[in-house]
Amino acid sequence: MTANQLIIDVSGVEKAFTLHNQGGASFGVLDNASLQVQAGECVVLHGQSGAGKSTFLKALYANYSVDGGEIHLRDGEQMVEITSALPRRIIALRRQTLGYVSQFLRVIPRVPTLEVVMQPLLDLGVDAALCEAKAKDLLQRLNVPERLWSLAPGTFSGGEQQRVNIARGFIVDYPILLLDEPTASLDAANRKVVVELIREAKARGAAIVGIFHDEDVREAVADRLVDIKAI
Amino acid sequence: MNTAVDLLTSTSEWQDIAPLLSVRELNKFYAPGKGCGDINFDLYPGEVLGIVGESGSGKSTLLSCLSARLTPDSGNVIYNSEQFGEMDLYACEESMRRVLMRSEWGIVHQHARDGLRMNVSAGANIGERLMAVGERHYGDIRAKAEEWLTAVEIDTGRIDDRPSQFSGGMQQRLQIARNLVTHPKLIFMDEPTGGLDVSVQAKLLDLLRNLVSRLGLSVIIVTHDLAVARLLAHRLMVMRRGEVVETGLTDQVLDDPQHPYTQLLVSSILQN
Amino acid sequence: MSTATGYNFAYLDEQSKRMIRRAILKGVAIPGYQVPFGGREMPLPHGWGTGGMQVTASVIGEADRLKVIDQGADDTTNAVSIRRFFAHTAGVETTEQTAEATLIQTRHRIPERPLQADQILIYQVPIPEPLRFIEPRESETRKMHALSEYGAMQVKLYEDVARFGHIATSYDYPVMVNNRYMMDPSPIPKFDNPKMRMMPALQLFGAGFEKRIYAVPPFTQVESLDFDDHPFEVQSWEEACAICGSDHSFLDEVITDDNGSKMFVCSDTDYCRERVEQGFVGTAADLPIAEVETKQ
Repeated sequence: MTANQLIIDVSGVEKAFTLHNQGGASFGVLDNASLQVQAGECVVLHGQSGAGKSTFLKALYANYSVDGGEIHLRDGEQMVEITSALPRRIIALRRQTLGYVSQFLRVIPRVPTLEVVMQPLLDLGVDAALCEAKAKDLLQRLNVPERLWSLAPGTFSGGEQQRVNIARGFIVDYPILLLDEPTASLDAANRKVVVELIREAKARGAAIVGIFHDEDVREAVADRLVDIKAI
Repeated sequence: MNTAVDLLTSTSEWQDIAPLLSVRELNKFYAPGKGCGDINFDLYPGEVLGIVGESGSGKSTLLSCLSARLTPDSGNVIYNSEQFGEMDLYACEESMRRVLMRSEWGIVHQHARDGLRMNVSAGANIGERLMAVGERHYGDIRAKAEEWLTAVEIDTGRIDDRPSQFSGGMQQRLQIARNLVTHPKLIFMDEPTGGLDVSVQAKLLDLLRNLVSRLGLSVIIVTHDLAVARLLAHRLMVMRRGEVVETGLTDQVLDDPQHPYTQLLVSSILQN
Repeated sequence: MSTATGYNFAYLDEQSKRMIRRAILKGVAIPGYQVPFGGREMPLPHGWGTGGMQVTASVIGEADRLKVIDQGADDTTNAVSIRRFFAHTAGVETTEQTAEATLIQTRHRIPERPLQADQILIYQVPIPEPLRFIEPRESETRKMHALSEYGAMQVKLYEDVARFGHIATSYDYPVMVNNRYMMDPSPIPKFDNPKMRMMPALQLFGAGFEKRIYAVPPFTQVESLDFDDHPFEVQSWEEACAICGSDHSFLDEVITDDNGSKMFVCSDTDYCRERVEQGFVGTAADLPIAEVETKQ
């Protein structure tokens, strides 16, 4: 993709939560939110806890629905409007175009770490040997010890699980990356690795929207800081 | 053979792939509130659709109507068949439906005894569909049976044992093998893990997950277990008292439920 | 109605015969298809050949010559009884010689001597449905026949090979008639199955208790089910018939004394007698063959 190409185009997004089983309590979170992100750009959302940063990110991933507005994401030549797209369109998008690294590792408990990391690339039909090589490389960079690769990550420490999560999130070269506090439980050395990974993604033209509460990471990767309340 | 990935991502012309199954205005009620009504959806190749709801929600009735085993009161179920072209399921010959059920479709029942011949060997159970379509070489049939036993992780040494000698989890896996031997395009599953121990369930789900993705199967799975739905389904339909109250991407329905009933359902799961 | 015997010709009333003939015609028109018919009460209990008798009663005429065999023999209780029945109620000639008969009613064997175009073979059938042991529901077996869904039978054969290394069915061996219907040939030994194929005679089957009639018209394809790599095989014996020396007929094993000595003799008594008349001898040729009175 060309630099400065528009990759993410959000306009007028409204989102409120209504808790029907708690007396119908309702609270708005996103109000007329808009954002444009270009290729190679990393936009960092900041704002208070509960202000809607995660909600916005999840809306971009189609994990959350929206009450109004539009979200266009670039998939090759097309701009896909995801709030009205068919489920299978979203699934296809998520496989090859749209990546998401959450705060918590959410995987099937019985699958070994290496397989967990390889899976997204395998799903794209890439040769297993290549997937394995890339997975190992990422795990090594993220300082996940080799003896853990054949074990399921369910019993790992929080930090270890998170690093597995990150490896899985970066194994595919997604053109769009959504990162929700990926460095939350990492030490300085590993935060550096994550910064490297993000920079590499930017260099290949990925558009990134992230939430980081570590100042040093923010400084290192952000092209723009955006207040969630202001969009 | 198409994998799930191929099927889900092979075209950029999203309007051009024809749905595998189209349901319009489907209604079947035994009594007010008992049954299913106003059902409309399309299922595409390679998709897994979960139908979730509690007992009495009508999900099993719906599954029976979709799988040509229960004639609806009104509405259409249109299936895009490899052999017959576009079929209006309840407007066509029973013989065509029966051929479909033995070849392009599979049905995995909750109770293995409904989906297996308990008094013939595992090999015969798997080979039956092949023999039904004219396969006449014993050696070939047996080889295929062994292949599928391996695929569902049953020791091939048990090929001559009867299902009555198998554990519950093995019976279910045998049921799956019996259905897959004719390379069906669409599988219907009704609570496939119901009644199994948790660890056995887990193994079965892993197997299903792998097979579905490797073989590019379309699946309609009925379950009351949201964890099963999250694991296997791309899309969900939430049913209550015969109606679909919410539908969409699985993770969206479970993580951002909109309908009061869905919210209740989701909040009722014990989190681990 | 015969004033002499008090019975209508061949026992059944004319309307019943017409009804049965209609069923027979249907059976002939659809080879191997089981035609339901209104089975009548016969003066024998079920299980003694009432179905075969009803068919015989419907096709027999004054000029016919009837032979009745039971497991190949003319002189068993069953055969004698039925033969006497028709002699009495129809006044027809009876015979033990296959060559002389125009109608042959049989239980569990086909005569060794090839039948001709002017003969009719009538089988007594206990259970007409070949799929019954797999599928107990009549509603379901009817559908299976209608839709040619015969995989389940092949499953049974598979099980045999898996368990015994070969297809274990030795009698009542299922066949495909005219490439369309699967048929139960009645409990004849599989040895006799090949005789059914392209037989010049008409073959009729009657099941009295189940009330079904079916037919194989002359010169019809009849194939025994098998696998490509486990083809259909007939029984064979190392011994030959002790009386006539035949090495190609179906042999019965006969225990001759309390020490377990045995000999093998043709099950088809008429065929054996015919061969002896032609000069063939077996190893125990000096043993007498029982003579049976065939006429009163």
